[in-house]
Amino acid sequence: MKVVIIKYNAGNIRSMAFAMERLGIDYSITDNQEEIKTADKVIFPGVGEARSTMDYLQALKLDLLIKDLKQPVLGVCLGMQLMCAYSEENDTKCLGIFDETVKQFIPKNAEKVPHMGWNSIALSNSWIDASLDEAYMYFVHSYYVPVNQNTAAITDYIQPFSAALQKDNFYAVQFHPEKSATVGENVLRSFLNIQS
Amino acid sequence: MLTKRIIPCLDIKEGRTVKGINFESIRDAGDPVELASLYAQQGADELVFLDIAATNENRKTFSSLVREIARYINIPFTVGGGISSVEDASALLEAGADKVSINSAAVRNPKLIDEMAKAFGSQFVVVAIDAKKVDNPWIVHTHGGKKPTDKKLFSWAEEAQQRGAGEILFTSMNHDGTKNGFAIDALSKLNQLLSIPVIASGGAGNMGHFMDVFLLGKADAALAASIFHFGEVPLPDLKKYLKDRNISIR
Repeated sequence: MKVVIIKYNAGNIRSMAFAMERLGIDYSITDNQEEIKTADKVIFPGVGEARSTMDYLQALKLDLLIKDLKQPVLGVCLGMQLMCAYSEENDTKCLGIFDETVKQFIPKNAEKVPHMGWNSIALSNSWIDASLDEAYMYFVHSYYVPVNQNTAAITDYIQPFSAALQKDNFYAVQFHPEKSATVGENVLRSFLNIQS
Repeated sequence: MLTKRIIPCLDIKEGRTVKGINFESIRDAGDPVELASLYAQQGADELVFLDIAATNENRKTFSSLVREIARYINIPFTVGGGISSVEDASALLEAGADKVSINSAAVRNPKLIDEMAKAFGSQFVVVAIDAKKVDNPWIVHTHGGKKPTDKKLFSWAEEAQQRGAGEILFTSMNHDGTKNGFAIDALSKLNQLLSIPVIASGGAGNMGHFMDVFLLGKADAALAASIFHFGEVPLPDLKKYLKDRNISIR
């Protein structure tokens, strides 16, 4: 199996690469269009700000490429948010794979923003292994995707939001599986085990 | 439900942990990666690595250590010590750090917080504040607590938040090393004042202190060093103790 991690100006590419190493998976980090298109699985990581990241993807024409991929693609954190139609973060038009608006968390009472730390996920019709229902994953984010028809896992913070999504060959998680101990590595395994 | 975080802190000098470590299962007590792996297995929610030598010559050693930590550790970690520019932070991000903590450099040049938040996002920027209660006000100190400044804890923490800090790591110098418990009153006030998470540091001596810091101090996370290193408070026992008392713990 050939796994490609899309190379762009995201903050957690190295962390994702190390997670692949711990899982014993061969991977490459590349922005080469042909190499991405021919991979068996594609990982679209992300830490950073929506607007500048979209600008970067557009400059490399990776925005159009990602939308048209046919193999299983996993978006992580900002990667998941950029797969949506629009983000309130700096008024950013995104890839539009999921027809959703990414909204900003408004702090409520003791619930601070960013949502930072370990929170549990409730699976719903999910591609994530059933044994991970109610597992704690590591989240760090100030924007969220509301619950919608493509939601594959729900987490509650300030209000219920999408912890995972899926539509066709596109998979996504809001949390950081590469930083969520062994349960996070099992989420990555769930994705890597998907038959395309 | 979002859980409270327990964070062991490792002091690093020239790529090795300092302060004694007392674990039979650890072959090399000075190897930060081995100790960090053990803590990750035992259920630590995050780790902090402080480069206490923090000289220019030492920085390269620290960066390569951060890379090794990122390679083997599957939980988030923060690195701090001597970070004084966006370039310093960028090298650590590139090496695989999840967050950096800045202290003296932020007091000297508060705009550094804005610059780092803009470059890497708020979630990457932890502002560490060492403060000492002198009569009434809590006075912010720098250079490992050696230098008093003209800043006060609460106003400085608010300013750091406004400038884009994603988290505050508050160490009470009055409590640090005493093992008599955390600075509950100051933490409680800080947590009411701020809308970003607060990590409590200084004073942990037993499991009850952690219950107090979460229930009374309202802290989002609690950091400690020696009580974990010497096995006085084993992490799995601490987490069970807090869970049994209905505190939200992973």
